[in-house]
Amino acid sequence: MNADLAPHATTIVAISTNEGVVMAGDRRATMGNLIASRDIEKVHPADPYSLIGIAGTAGVGIELMRLFQVELQHYEKIEGAMLSLDGKANRLATMIRQNLGAAMQGLAVIPLFAGFDLDAKTPGKVGRIFSFDIAGGLYEEHGGYDAIGSGSLFAKSSLKKRYKQGLGIAEAAQLAVEALFDAADDDTATGGPDVIRKIFPVVMTATAEGTQRLTDDETAAMAQTVIAARALQPGA
Amino acid sequence: MAMQFYASPEQIMRDRSEYARKGIARGRSVVVLTYAGGVLFVAENLSTTLHKVSEIYDKIGFAAVGRYNEFENLRNAGVRMADLRGYSYDRRDVTGRALASAYAQTLGSIFSEQGKPYEVEICVAEVGAAPEHDELYRLTYDGSVQDEPGFMAMGGQAEAIGNILRAEHSESHTLGEALKLATKALSNVGGEGGAARTLAPEQLEVAVLERARPGRKFRRVTGAALAALVTPAKADPPAAETPKADPPKPGVSKPAATTKPDVPKPETPSAE
Repeated sequence: MNADLAPHATTIVAISTNEGVVMAGDRRATMGNLIASRDIEKVHPADPYSLIGIAGTAGVGIELMRLFQVELQHYEKIEGAMLSLDGKANRLATMIRQNLGAAMQGLAVIPLFAGFDLDAKTPGKVGRIFSFDIAGGLYEEHGGYDAIGSGSLFAKSSLKKRYKQGLGIAEAAQLAVEALFDAADDDTATGGPDVIRKIFPVVMTATAEGTQRLTDDETAAMAQTVIAARALQPGA
Repeated sequence: MAMQFYASPEQIMRDRSEYARKGIARGRSVVVLTYAGGVLFVAENLSTTLHKVSEIYDKIGFAAVGRYNEFENLRNAGVRMADLRGYSYDRRDVTGRALASAYAQTLGSIFSEQGKPYEVEICVAEVGAAPEHDELYRLTYDGSVQDEPGFMAMGGQAEAIGNILRAEHSESHTLGEALKLATKALSNVGGEGGAARTLAPEQLEVAVLERARPGRKFRRVTGAALAALVTPAKADPPAAETPKADPPKPGVSKPAATTKPDVPKPETPSAE
């Protein structure tokens, strides 16, 4: 029903490490049984040290993300200092709560928020992940990873077996791409690596050096690694 | 019966101008100049938290002298306007020119309609793709706006500082050279008996709009990075070789590319 109304963005995963966080998203948007976009980008930097990924109604989500980026930057310029990571997450929760009316009419959007915490006291706690519900509930994920969107069940199942503490950023990125592969394998609304059109997941990191998007060549290589491994052991 | 005194509008405006000018001249100075890699802001400012120089938007910076609460008001309004425009339209649609004209209107109406003019002078700078596309706007307390030719000084003894900049500024300077010139110009005034002062890095607030930087181009230069840029300038005697009497100020702005340090410009016929 309302899935046919407007394009839907699908699976996002985030993994925290000792150096920061990795967030990755597939490239598909769907409208009912149709593919609305093959190359949508659902993971973006919210500010120089945090990342936001969106699932749900794409139009509402992208607008929410844009407004969030403006608010963070505006605050930083007016006050001369960045909001704390918790402050940013709380602000995002309020913005989602304000969308509750539209969400009840079928235009729901749920983001995933993760970032490098500049005020972290313990070294292992620099990368933090926050999830939300449509009522504006804010939940910090202490397990080290999280996923949202239609394929999140499969992505999380994949991470549950493979995630371990003390991962490096590069290992975590590889793991995120693999989790998206698993999501795409079992969820029709999640796009897998498109080797024909050379469209691969968007993978971003937030570390002490700030946010960074992995190049297409890097994500292509990661996707090829997963594909090669799965070719040997495809599963049923 | 109370006696109403008449004051002509000319007199009222003159008094207001004088009031504003005195307030602005009391403070420390700010220098803004273009260099090969962007636009450099240098302010004499002992505070590390109360800024005279700040970011407005991706390519736009702001510098001010005068009363802090007044220019802080203007800065906030500028950031708000820029962010709103960038969100409503596109980031490329936020321009220094539009911002300068909004400031001119605000300052102009405050000057003519309110009891007290703002005692501020501000600079809106936009960095372009090349030095010749950099824009510097000077906005004064009465709302007048001027497009400056690659360098400007505000506040304190702005005239004397501006003369030094005019003689030596070049768009091909590196950041180090531009900072050295700005420090020399700032330290050349306000010393005991007209002698030059020495300005330590911690007395300076330095920021740049970096041409090559993607996205937000504004960057503060502080701490070790600033000390490293300033120290080579301190190694040789700072500003000691500056001629005491500056050449008379020519009325027109010069094309800013051909000057050599301490050599009177050949195209300026008005030297002594």
